[in-house]
Amino acid sequence: MPEPADVAVVQVLELRAALLAGIRRFFAERDFIEVETPAIVPSPGLDVHLSAFEVRSYTGERVGWLATSPEYQMKRLLSAGAKRIFQLCRGYRSEEQGSHHEREFTMLEWYRADATSDDVIRDTEELVAFVAGSLDQPAPEVQPPWQRMTVDEALQFHANLTLDSLIDDEERFFRVWAEQVQPRLGNERPIVVTDWPASMASLAQLKPNGMADRFEAFFSGVELCNGFGELTDAKEQRRRFERDRAERRAAGLPVYPIDERLLADLERGMPESGGNALGVDRLLMLLLRAASIQAVMPFPKERL
Amino acid sequence: MADTSDIKKGFKMLLDGVPFAVVDHQFVKPGKGQAFIRTRLKNMMTGAVIDRTFKSGEKLDKADTEERTMQYLYPEGDARVFMDTRSYEQLSLTNEQLGENVHYLLDGTEVDVMLFEGRPIGVTPPTFVELLVTETEPGFKGDTSSNTTKPATLETGLQVNVPLFVNAGDRLKVDTRTGSYVERVKG
Repeated sequence: MPEPADVAVVQVLELRAALLAGIRRFFAERDFIEVETPAIVPSPGLDVHLSAFEVRSYTGERVGWLATSPEYQMKRLLSAGAKRIFQLCRGYRSEEQGSHHEREFTMLEWYRADATSDDVIRDTEELVAFVAGSLDQPAPEVQPPWQRMTVDEALQFHANLTLDSLIDDEERFFRVWAEQVQPRLGNERPIVVTDWPASMASLAQLKPNGMADRFEAFFSGVELCNGFGELTDAKEQRRRFERDRAERRAAGLPVYPIDERLLADLERGMPESGGNALGVDRLLMLLLRAASIQAVMPFPKERL
Repeated sequence: MADTSDIKKGFKMLLDGVPFAVVDHQFVKPGKGQAFIRTRLKNMMTGAVIDRTFKSGEKLDKADTEERTMQYLYPEGDARVFMDTRSYEQLSLTNEQLGENVHYLLDGTEVDVMLFEGRPIGVTPPTFVELLVTETEPGFKGDTSSNTTKPATLETGLQVNVPLFVNAGDRLKVDTRTGSYVERVKG
């Protein structure tokens, strides 16, 4: 087991390469194709709590933003007829720095057409067990199936509060979540948290019970991934984009443009799909029981 | 005015008029949610440690603190008098303010005095100090078991556990962070 704080650089390189190779093998065996989408995009994602890096040319003209995730372009590939796609790329988020955050980090994102969020949860469980076995390191207990809990159950279990009592105060919800709930999620084995409130649906569809068809997996108190049963309704997507833009405007945050081509592609038709975005650095950190994602990166910001 | 981006270990902020130093901090942000900075803070007046979570970007009051190297001079009633080694200015701290650190002060010992809004609130002694043993049971010859210890009283009144070979009159190196014996000093 490497020492958390100073996994030697060459060892980091070898472990990262083994992890990336394991991920590619996993998806190849399941008939996914690896895709690439641009880092510079016309809209970096409107999510109110994400901040993007703006990209300018040498004349000072804005050419776009660095993608906070490859979500929009990958959904457009589903509309174009792709059935099973995955991507290993960089996500860029300008205001995130901490032991589980780095402004530039490695993301794994995959989508299955004609599938549900349950199918993608199963992919996630199998993927993590598969790559844990391919690392040639003593791995923590990650075999499927993982425990499932709804957001409401997690709040009741760890904070003795119901979702209903917090739903009207988003800041309080996230404070309780950050202080009391998340640190205790998945301490023995990974856990999947489902049924997020509709107000936090982001790009997920709504379930018949009115909750967002969205899940997150947690391991050792760390958020490992965020997945959706994808929203395919262009009108509803536009309504949410407009709401996010209004919220951004009210909060004095930059108001990014709406990706009209994404909406046009949704309009043309996107199959029912499941998708997931997973933090590759966090996965490696958790599998190695390292103290931070920086310990498993050759060039985190602090050493750049 | 400072904000949460200034938080790092040792950053000093004012909460309800009391200075706190950051002991530990962590950036937390649910993927789709508000970012927070969770901190562990030490009350610089009492030493008590608390947990506090700030919203990312929240404004903070920086505590007006300053550390100055001073020399310990002498006791005066319930207090101890120190002198700034450059300006020769003198000030005193009560034994209560000094707490355990009162046991590391010998004539001339250099300490860092923490000032809050110009008033002294505590000291940081050197990490290691050398103190004379004034009282301890004589050692038993032949007992070589390495982890057996006995109590000893040092010249400042500090009580430490020492190995059996230590005798009254020996000079000991003491770690002021833990208040524990390090080694016997030769000569």
